[in-house]
Amino acid sequence: MMQRGVSIFGWVAGGVVGALSGGMVVALWALSATILSGHPTVIPLGAALWSGAIVGLVVGAFRRGRTTPAAVALGVGGLMGFAWWALNSGRPIGLERPDLFWGFFGSLASFALVGHLTRYALRDLDLSQPRRDTVEHLLLRLLRAVGFVFFGTTVTFPFYFMLASSLKSRAEMLLDPTNLSIQFSKGLPELLEGYVEVLYTFNFWRYILNSTFVASVTVVVTLVLGVLGAYAVTRLRFPGKELMSRSILLIYMFPAIVLVVPLYAVFTQLGLRDTLPGLLIVYPATTLPVALYMLRSYFQTLPAELEEAGLIDGCSRIEVIWRITLPLSVPALASVGLYVFMIAWNEFLFAFMFLDTPELFTLSRGMVALNTQEVPRQFLMAGAVIVTVPVMVLFFWFERYLIGGLTAGGVKG
Amino acid sequence: MRGNSLSAREARLAFWMLAPTFLIVFAIVIFPVLANLWIAFKPVTLGDLRPPTPVVRERIRASPEAPGDVLRVRYQMRNSSQRIPIENVVLEDVLPEGLEPLRLDERCRVEGRTLRCFLGTWSPGHRENLELEFTATEVYFAQGAPRPTESRPAIQGRAPNILTNLEFTLENFRRVLSGPEFWPAFWTTIVYTLFGTVGSILLGLFAAQLLNTRFMGKGMLRGLFLFPYVAPIIAVAFTWAFLLDPLSGTVNALGVRFGLLEAPINFLGQRSIELSVLGVTFTLPLALSMVILFEAWRYFPFAFLFILARLQAIPQDMYEAADVDGASPFQKFWYITLPQLVGILSTLFLLRFIWTFNKFDDIFLLTGGAAGTKTLTIRVYDEAFARADIGAGAAVAVVLFLILAGFMVVYFRYAPEGE
Repeated sequence: MMQRGVSIFGWVAGGVVGALSGGMVVALWALSATILSGHPTVIPLGAALWSGAIVGLVVGAFRRGRTTPAAVALGVGGLMGFAWWALNSGRPIGLERPDLFWGFFGSLASFALVGHLTRYALRDLDLSQPRRDTVEHLLLRLLRAVGFVFFGTTVTFPFYFMLASSLKSRAEMLLDPTNLSIQFSKGLPELLEGYVEVLYTFNFWRYILNSTFVASVTVVVTLVLGVLGAYAVTRLRFPGKELMSRSILLIYMFPAIVLVVPLYAVFTQLGLRDTLPGLLIVYPATTLPVALYMLRSYFQTLPAELEEAGLIDGCSRIEVIWRITLPLSVPALASVGLYVFMIAWNEFLFAFMFLDTPELFTLSRGMVALNTQEVPRQFLMAGAVIVTVPVMVLFFWFERYLIGGLTAGGVKG
Repeated sequence: MRGNSLSAREARLAFWMLAPTFLIVFAIVIFPVLANLWIAFKPVTLGDLRPPTPVVRERIRASPEAPGDVLRVRYQMRNSSQRIPIENVVLEDVLPEGLEPLRLDERCRVEGRTLRCFLGTWSPGHRENLELEFTATEVYFAQGAPRPTESRPAIQGRAPNILTNLEFTLENFRRVLSGPEFWPAFWTTIVYTLFGTVGSILLGLFAAQLLNTRFMGKGMLRGLFLFPYVAPIIAVAFTWAFLLDPLSGTVNALGVRFGLLEAPINFLGQRSIELSVLGVTFTLPLALSMVILFEAWRYFPFAFLFILARLQAIPQDMYEAADVDGASPFQKFWYITLPQLVGILSTLFLLRFIWTFNKFDDIFLLTGGAAGTKTLTIRVYDEAFARADIGAGAAVAVVLFLILAGFMVVYFRYAPEGE
């Protein structure tokens, strides 16, 4: 289809999309330069909007058919970036001194991205006249871009902050709180000072072992009891079965803080408070409902015929579970096990209320003890990284299992 | 016959397979809820959890030098409880051989080498010193003059366990409900729960829409979006607290640098802030808003995951039919996607509402309940542990639980059919 020039709507669309992309990209660029390398910057929002609009207009004007050639979009953007760099004497976004990476490449890449985003937003749209469909598509694409930037930054930034501040001394942090760059030039020993202190001086080694122990035992107990219970609920007939399977998740309604008061009272009198076995009684109870629910959903998908064959061959129920059901359920067991591990590892309230003896602290409890005026934030953030990393590693390693399990079970949080 | 016994066997097996789960859930969930109700009607403080015990310390006031000298022993005793009397207190000690009683208390008796004193009932906080004198004989010195303190005195008594007696009071409820703190905490809880729930679901819906297409790196992004949810609460709460710190917090520093803030704000420590948008000035409860933002940030992945799974199960031909009819993207979202999501959204609302209502850790770690963020769960902790009044804490917990149950009844009566 031949296009007869560019309609007014086309100009406006290109300009507006370009301006918005320009503002967003330049803001991100300035923020990243400040946070990642400590350059004091400003966000020249007006200039960014105008320059973005110009890039957008040109990208819109060069549409051939229903899209702009990529080379044109990137080229126009790159040219604008070069202009920004040159007109600001090599110091765009208020950089104090010329910087090859954040100044030169930053300009080029940012505006090339503006060009690309505009091209991407306008592709395959009929811009000859303002139609509702076209406007909505444009809006949706803008929203998507905003969404990715929003979620990308809000999700990653706190974690980056955690990591970066665990590598910064108190003086560095006070000097410029916006500078979250990682100073590799300091040398590893000084960089990792917080971790060394936390692990050895504040005994986090011990807490890691305690947390691992508590979480692992919780997993084993929960899995054993969960498999038995879920199997009974799925495969065996007994009075009260319906009621049983319905009420499993009702347990979720009970607030942990309501349970904590009487458990504190009773455990104190029984001498179970301030012991790890005390925690090991509480944790499986809080994870069992999830485990039962998830395992039950899984067992229901397994064909009962296999088990019946086993029973006819003379196996007992327990043998059937051990030899037939369990080997078929490895994925479900893995996902339940990982979930339970994460819940127990992350648990805060009971550990906080029950444990007083430093030798028994789990990581969560140890972190609370670390949170005092005298302890530098660097140490606390190092502790936070130590608590978080194992969970993240597990999570990424087994993401597939976990997500399947989470949607099946609706894990409490 | 055989079928009957088979089903009986099956039921028995099921019973044994479920018994441990039942037992542990009963012990840790059902029993505490009932116990909580029990405690709420009792005047129990943290100190009462250790049953009152008589305490004794033995001191030697005079040591004999030669046979015939006096050995004077003092037993310093007290009731450990300031509130509860102890009945039938008996002190028992084993004396060294060769001591003749010289001056005993009338309540004490020596049989062989055993000293027994029947001290009767001690009032709360009772203190008493018992001074006894003995004459040392030659036998005593032949033993090498052992000190009487080498054998530890034993003291016993009977004290009622305040948790198990049948004394009840409504005082806890009266205090908790009529105090000036109840209604503010109630409304804070409602606002926090409602906005936290809706916020996390809206964010989750938005995120799910973003990832409901195929593109490179989608799996990674999906994993990344779940980070706030799977990370330990203790780590993310401290991170947020430091980010928002007024002195050296990065958010304040960035806000000031880029001209968004005139001066640093104590985000988590300031009750409210005057905002003027387009000439209209209104007061925003600042710390509470921050806690709600945290809630939405931390739990949106939960909603996101469920909504994404549901989105992917919507049949594509519905959208194709809509395309044929010339529906615009927003129309498709409004008339196809949303109706398909109503079930999961209402289920999510229910779950998140309950859990946010019950939430304690997040606010406790972020603000500790200061600056207008004191929810009912924080009140439970405050009463029971900060003020050491377990009974009052349990009373707040009962109220909390009743409100929640009330919501559930209303919800199940009026909500659309869930998934």
